[in-house]
Amino acid sequence: MTGRQRAAVPITLRGLRKRYGEVRALDDVDLDVRSGEFLTLLGPSGSGKTTLLMVLAGFIRPDQGRLMFGDEEVTRLAPHKRDIGMVFQNYALFPHMDVAANIAYPLKLRGIGGVEQDRRVEAALKTVQLGGYGERRVDQLSGGQRQRVALARAIVFEPRIVLMDEPLSALDKQLRERMQIELRQLHEQLGTTTIYVTHDQREALTMSDRVAVVNRGCIVQLDTPRALYEHPMNRFVAEFIGESSLLPVQLEAGVWRCAGQALRHAGQAPAGTRACLMLRPERVRLLGAESDEGLNVLPAQVSGIVYQGDSFLLQARLADGHSISLRGIAGAAVLDNLPAPGDAVHLGFTPTDTVLLPDEA
Amino acid sequence: MEAEGPNAAGLKRDERRERLALLGLGAPALLLVFVTMVLPVGWLFGLSLLADDGSFSLEHYRRMLEQPSYGRTFVTTFKVSFFTTALCILFGYPLAYALSQMSRRAAGLCLIAVLMPFWTSLLVRTYAWLVLLQRKGLINDWGMRLGWWDEPLALVHNLTGTLIGMVHIMLPFLVLPLLAAMRSIDADLLKAAANLGASPARAFRSVFLPLSMPGLLAGTLIVFILCLGFYVTPAVLGGGKVIMVSNHIANDIELFFNWGAASALGVVLLVLTLALLWLATKVMRLERVLGGGHG
Repeated sequence: MTGRQRAAVPITLRGLRKRYGEVRALDDVDLDVRSGEFLTLLGPSGSGKTTLLMVLAGFIRPDQGRLMFGDEEVTRLAPHKRDIGMVFQNYALFPHMDVAANIAYPLKLRGIGGVEQDRRVEAALKTVQLGGYGERRVDQLSGGQRQRVALARAIVFEPRIVLMDEPLSALDKQLRERMQIELRQLHEQLGTTTIYVTHDQREALTMSDRVAVVNRGCIVQLDTPRALYEHPMNRFVAEFIGESSLLPVQLEAGVWRCAGQALRHAGQAPAGTRACLMLRPERVRLLGAESDEGLNVLPAQVSGIVYQGDSFLLQARLADGHSISLRGIAGAAVLDNLPAPGDAVHLGFTPTDTVLLPDEA
Repeated sequence: MEAEGPNAAGLKRDERRERLALLGLGAPALLLVFVTMVLPVGWLFGLSLLADDGSFSLEHYRRMLEQPSYGRTFVTTFKVSFFTTALCILFGYPLAYALSQMSRRAAGLCLIAVLMPFWTSLLVRTYAWLVLLQRKGLINDWGMRLGWWDEPLALVHNLTGTLIGMVHIMLPFLVLPLLAAMRSIDADLLKAAANLGASPARAFRSVFLPLSMPGLLAGTLIVFILCLGFYVTPAVLGGGKVIMVSNHIANDIELFFNWGAASALGVVLLVLTLALLWLATKVMRLERVLGGGHG
């Protein structure tokens, strides 16, 4: 598209609340989305992430709270006046119109017709790599093509904000991963403030500038993908994003101990004498006979090894019976020298990767 | 030629037996339709081509063209059918829309009210309307008592009464297919329209209305065709002033014992109905084609 994009706007949410009977779909949510940012709402189903998106689009009226696009308060603005492009989960393409008419629909509503309309429709189709598909009927398109048409329709009128509600969930894995990259590139090209909803943590990490983890109507943590992955605030975030081993640790005489072994850690430790140690499987290493002074070391017994093509997953049991996972790149030399189930091993990890979380049930 | 495996003949026999079994299942219904539909219609057609003395003649058809009463009958039939259908659309579309937007439970309850006419005898319903609409009926009685009008309104034994009765009876035939079509419209489509900038009225006009069209056309067609052959309601509520084709046929037989004339009328009505159906399927297919173009 050309360079006459309207400026992207920041989005501000203050104290947004929505209840359905006793259920708190949104529990006084505050959120600041930066102008031009790709922000993902990530959470399990029923967490309130879709409710939040629907409030942004104007399809759900909150019980209280304020919603601002830039300096403009839009809390009570009707959906058709919000100037937001939205990609629906099931695409919501109009079945009685062909591809070009679907994309031209928002242009017609804005009084853009004739040559300008045709030019913009064709440009939008090119942007989503469907040039020349205008005459097709919607039911002649594959799932991935429909997804692209829905996307073209959502951006063709150059909205200030784009919302996407699990747009890739109906696609198969390969296509989904390709579309993730394409959506990300498209966002860089357009620079529109984008809010993306997904329950797929990998998708969230792949695409986003920042991710808001949503649970029970609250934003649990809002951070960059890396910060979220490496320093989750609590067990929920740690378990929801990526794989992790969670082990109980105790504070004894000023030293945190796991299964009797003293630990050094780089980050903040929670208050109290009990905590939860989070270890990412790919950050844990198998140690040889020589011990590395800089590492925390846990002795363990191998309980199983799973070969997964590009990597292998090793399960081991600590002295206190807790389980710990280790993931390694599946190089031929590594695979040939792996320990067998029952073997005693030493597992090492750096203090930086030693993340202590509050111990909550 | 390719050599056949040793069990090919047996497999082929199984296939044939299966097809015969399917045919056997359909046979009773086919026989029934043949005996009660095809034979009588053929017989009617034969009768319509016979003069009183039993010789072949086109006099019944010729008379239809020559006598103005026949022409008037057809005009009345199409007029009544047209107005009934139009009124059904007028009342039925908003009703179906409201039902489609309600919760399933509420819609179910309301639908029972709409379907009630289906479950009572046509004759009972028609006479009930007679009781309500006549000069000293309930409606005129209350209307005058409340001072809304001074003279009893002529609500029955005329076109008005016929239309009231027929719309009441036909409404479910329009609402049911229409409701089915409306319920199959994805609610996200209307959200998408609003999101893209369409006001509620615009979203209705550009998305909901075209997508409900197939249901509306189907309902319209059913109602119109059922109207063409209607007998009881115009006979009772029309008071002899609304002569539709069916009433004319009854007169020919009951008053004049003229089976030939009645048969000829029946044949013409059947042909007109079939022509209409054929035309409607053409229009509907066209609709689908047009629907694919720029909306």
